[in-house]
Amino acid sequence: MLTPILIVVAVGLVCAAILTIASKVFFVPVDETFANLRAELPGANCGACGYNGCDDYANALAEDHSLSCSLCPVGGADVAAKLAEVLGVEAGSADKEVAVVMCNGHKDAAKTIMEYKGVQTCSAAKQFFGGLSACPHGCIGLGDCAAACDFDAIHICDGVAVVNRDNCVGCGVCAKTCPNSVIKIQTAKNLVVVQCKNTDKGAVARKACSNACIGCGKCAKTCKFEAITVENNVATIDPVKCKNCGMCAKECPTGAINNMRIKKAPAAKPAEAKVEA
Amino acid sequence: MLAITIIMSMILVNNYVLAQFLGICPFLGVSKKLDSAFGMGVAVIFVMVLATLATWPIMQVLNKFDIAYLQTVVFILVIASLVQLVEMLLKKYIPSLHKALGVFLPLITTNCAVLGVCISNIDSGYGYFLSICNAIGAGVGFLLAMVLFAGVRSKLENENGVPEAFKGVPLTLITAAMLSLAFMGFSGLFQ
Repeated sequence: MLTPILIVVAVGLVCAAILTIASKVFFVPVDETFANLRAELPGANCGACGYNGCDDYANALAEDHSLSCSLCPVGGADVAAKLAEVLGVEAGSADKEVAVVMCNGHKDAAKTIMEYKGVQTCSAAKQFFGGLSACPHGCIGLGDCAAACDFDAIHICDGVAVVNRDNCVGCGVCAKTCPNSVIKIQTAKNLVVVQCKNTDKGAVARKACSNACIGCGKCAKTCKFEAITVENNVATIDPVKCKNCGMCAKECPTGAINNMRIKKAPAAKPAEAKVEA
Repeated sequence: MLAITIIMSMILVNNYVLAQFLGICPFLGVSKKLDSAFGMGVAVIFVMVLATLATWPIMQVLNKFDIAYLQTVVFILVIASLVQLVEMLLKKYIPSLHKALGVFLPLITTNCAVLGVCISNIDSGYGYFLSICNAIGAGVGFLLAMVLFAGVRSKLENENGVPEAFKGVPLTLITAAMLSLAFMGFSGLFQ
């Protein structure tokens, strides 16, 4: 009885002794900058910087000082400044980024074509039926993004995902989750956004959703800064050229372009008229 | 001659992944890209040989005291410590290799194929030299399976004709099954 216990204990002790000695003998000094950098990072391990978690990013920064300090969207400008201080370099500009839902097809705007009783996730609905509404490009509205968000920043309101810009850190997890790729990450200072990505021709798009971009090009003509291009029947705003004037949003005949500065009541009046038609 | 037979039979006939279904986790998990699959395979060969070198003498000690039933516990203990030690050594002296193997090295600690090799060495009654041959064969077999599978998978990834319902895991499992079937063709080639 005693021999087996003694032998296993002995093997364990020998292994432990060897490992302890080895960890002293083969000690590789940990880079001090790495430890300092890691301490400044938020530790959310969301991977939004493009590395496998905060450790990996700190490691990459410690090895390559020319790397941008502003890759962490969770920490934003504060963390970027602290990281830069540790490395003794100039902080790059870290504009706060937020998720933008490129769809405004709420319940009253986008036609629902089925009563879906299946698994209540967007990915399932997309896989089996290609979505629930007449528009195959838009928000499915079953909330995969809301479930994926670690920061309680995205919710389904009226059948379409809406971002709470105060909570959003721009980590991009929702954008990766969305089976229709409706969500994109954009700088928070861009307040005027095209909330549609339907590439069908105008008439088809409008039939599917009253808030769809029909590619009429009025916005592009209105814009004084040449920030808007219409391609594949959908308008795109260049975030660098856009000055947030909001003229395009006023001009848009369908409500596909929205100015976030003006807090609108959801499901505004044009919706009712078009549902009947 | 016996050594060559053992090595070839471990690679083709008794392939650990495709015929004995050991080490399936890294086989499915790390086979998305060809280069990481190769890295994992090389690391497994390395650890299998080392683990055999260490566990075979220990088994003789266990046999001497008539406590062979402690085999599993002791082997796991030894393999885990060994992998840790190897990681430290590599970090200190061959940092480039340590970086290339990366996370695969600690992952191998829990790879059942490594424990499988050590135990099958004992069960088959191989001597020290033949045990090492067995380990080399098993490792190369693992590498072969990983590389073949990763190659097939990376081709399938870019394929457009895959039906929606088969994309991802289902297709991976079917591919693995077919690869395993193909390896069944080698049975009987060696003993």
